Amino acid sequence: MTAYLIRRLLWLVPVLLFVAAITFVLMHSVPGGPWDRDKPLPPAAVEQLNRKYGLERPLWEQFGRYLLGLLQGDLGVSYRHSDRPVTEVIGGGIKVSATLGGLAMLVAAAVGVPLGIVAALRRNRALDYLSVSLATLGASTPNFVLGIVLIVIFASTFHLLPTIGWGSWKQAIMPVLALSALPTAFLARITRASTLDVLQQDYVRTAWAKGLSVRAVVLRHVARNALIPVLTLAGPLAAALVTGSFIIESQFAIPGVGRAFVTAIFGRDYGVIMGVTLFYALVVATANLAVDLAYAAADPRIRYR
Amino acid sequence: MRELDSTRVTPLPVVATEARSRGLWRDALRRLAGNRLAMAGAAFVLLTAAAAAFAPLIDRYPPNRQDTTASFEGPSARHWLGTDQLGRDQYSRLVNGARVSLSVGILTQIVAVSLGLAVGLAAGLGFRTLDNLLMRFTDVVYAFPDLLFVILLVSVFREAVAGSATRTLVVIFVAIGLVAWPNIARLVRGQILSLRQQEFVQAAEALGASRLRVALVHLLPNTLGPVIVTATFGIPAAIFAEAGLAFIGLGLPPPTPSWGRLVADGYDAITSHANLVLAPALAIAALMMAFTFLGDGLRDALDPRLATPKPRVRVLPATRVRVRVQRRWRKAA
Repeated sequence: MTAYLIRRLLWLVPVLLFVAAITFVLMHSVPGGPWDRDKPLPPAAVEQLNRKYGLERPLWEQFGRYLLGLLQGDLGVSYRHSDRPVTEVIGGGIKVSATLGGLAMLVAAAVGVPLGIVAALRRNRALDYLSVSLATLGASTPNFVLGIVLIVIFASTFHLLPTIGWGSWKQAIMPVLALSALPTAFLARITRASTLDVLQQDYVRTAWAKGLSVRAVVLRHVARNALIPVLTLAGPLAAALVTGSFIIESQFAIPGVGRAFVTAIFGRDYGVIMGVTLFYALVVATANLAVDLAYAAADPRIRYR
Repeated sequence: MRELDSTRVTPLPVVATEARSRGLWRDALRRLAGNRLAMAGAAFVLLTAAAAAFAPLIDRYPPNRQDTTASFEGPSARHWLGTDQLGRDQYSRLVNGARVSLSVGILTQIVAVSLGLAVGLAAGLGFRTLDNLLMRFTDVVYAFPDLLFVILLVSVFREAVAGSATRTLVVIFVAIGLVAWPNIARLVRGQILSLRQQEFVQAAEALGASRLRVALVHLLPNTLGPVIVTATFGIPAAIFAEAGLAFIGLGLPPPTPSWGRLVADGYDAITSHANLVLAPALAIAALMMAFTFLGDGLRDALDPRLATPKPRVRVLPATRVRVRVQRRWRKAA
C-alpha cells in the first residue's frame, strides 16, 4: 500500500511537468504579449518590461527558470496586477472557489444520494420516474442555462435575490444551485444503479429474512454498500466543479480562481494562466488519487500493489 | 446501366426475408425504435438538423440584418421571438445558430473518435511498450481539466485565425475533440483486451492472420457499438463546451449567430428582456437532452446486457408484508 502510494505520488511529477510544458508552449506561441493595450506602449517601454520579466530570453530558458521557481513554491508574478505574486492571486481566489464548490458538493450529496436510494427502493413507480427525470434534466442542462433560469425567476421576476456578486448568503444561493445541478444528477444516477445492484444481493435478502426493520436494512445493509461505487465519482465531480467554476464565476461575477483564469486569458497574464492550470491539474489529480485510496479503505477486497 | 442496377437491386427483399439470423445492428435498431424517449430525442435532433440545413429557407430575415429602429421588440407576428439590441430578428438568428451548435457537437466527436480509435487500437494490438507509452500519455491528457484545456487552446489559436468565423469554428471543434479522445481510447483498449480473449479472435490468430488483419477485421468492428454510444454522449458535452466558450467571450467572432453567442448577447439584457436569453438557452438544453436520451437508447439497444433488467423482486410490497409479520410475531412473543 505504501509503495503504491509513493508510486502514485511520483507519477504526479511527470503529469504536472507535461501540463506545465504544454501550457507554457501554448501560451507563448500566440503573437502578442501581456503588454498589448488599447493604446500601444512605446517600444522602449515594452523592451524594458520584457527585460524585467525575462521575456526576451529563449523559451526553454524561461521555462527552466519557471520550473526552478516552482520547486521553491514561487509561481512568478501577475503582469496585470502590478507584480502581485501569482500565489497570492490564486490564494485569494481559492477561499471563494472552495466555498462555492464545497457548498455545491454538499447540496449534491444531500439531494443526489437520498434521491438515488429512494428511486431504487421505489423502482418503476412514480417517485422513481420523477427522480430519474430530474437527474436527466440536471445532467443535460448546462449550468449557465440553469443560472439564467434562476436569475429570471428569483432576481428579475420576484426580486428575491441579488443578481450577481459574492459575500452574503443570498448571493451564494443561485450560483451554488446552478453549480450543483450536474453533480446532483450524477450522484442520483449512480446511487440508484448501485442501490438496485445491492438490493438483489443475498445478504440483503438475509437481512429481510431475519426480520430487520426497513430502516435497519436500508441504512445499515443497503446504503452502506451501495455508496462504495459512488465514491469513484469524487474524481469526475471535482473536475466538474472546477470546470463549472470558470463559467459560473464569470456569470455571477464571483472573485474566485475560475474568473481569475478567464480574466488572465484575455489579459495574456502568463503567470496567472500557468499558475491556475497547474493548480487545477493538481486538484483533479489529487482527487483521483484520493478516490483510489478511499476505495481501498471502503472495500477491503481491493488491494493495490 | 440503369437496367443493370435494377437487376442488382431486386433480389434484396428476398434476402431480407431469408435472413433468419438477424444481424446485431438490425436487432439493435429494432430495440431502439421501440424506445419512446430515444425516439423523441432522435426526432428533436432531426428537427434541429432540418432547421440547420434549411436555415436560409426558413429564416424570415437575414440573421445579421440590423434595424436600430426596432431594437428590443417583444415577440410579435413580425418577429416571432422578438428582436435583440441591434434590432436583429431573434428567430432568424436562432435558426441559423443551430448550424454551429449541431456541427460542433458532431464534428468534435469525429475528431475524438478518430483519435481515440487510432490510439486505443494501437494500444490494444499487443505490443507491451507501445501500450504502456500510449496509455500513460492518455492518462496525462485525461488528468488535464477539460474546459481549462479547451479555453487555453481556443484562446491561443483563435488569435492565429484572426476573426474568420469558419476557421474559428475549426479551432473550436479541434480543441474540444483533442480533449475528448482519451475517453474513447480507454474504452477501445479495454474492449480489445477483452475481445482478444475470445475464441473467434484466437481462432483467427491460430489460422495465421496478421496482427493488422485481426485488428481491423475482427477487433475494430466489435468495438464500434460502445464507441458510438460514447460518442453520442460526447455530443451534448461538446455543445455545452461551445456554448460555454461563447458565454465567457471565446466563441465565434461577431456577428455570426451561434446558440452560445445568442445566450451571451441576451445575458446582458437578462433583467429587462429575459425572452432574448431564454430562447437560445432552452434550445441548448433541449438539444443536449435530446442527444442524452438518444445515447441512453443506443446503449440499451446495442448492449442488452447493460440495459436495466426487469425487477426480480418488487421491493416495497414485500417489505410491508415482512414488517407486518414481524409485529405479529413480537405480540405473540
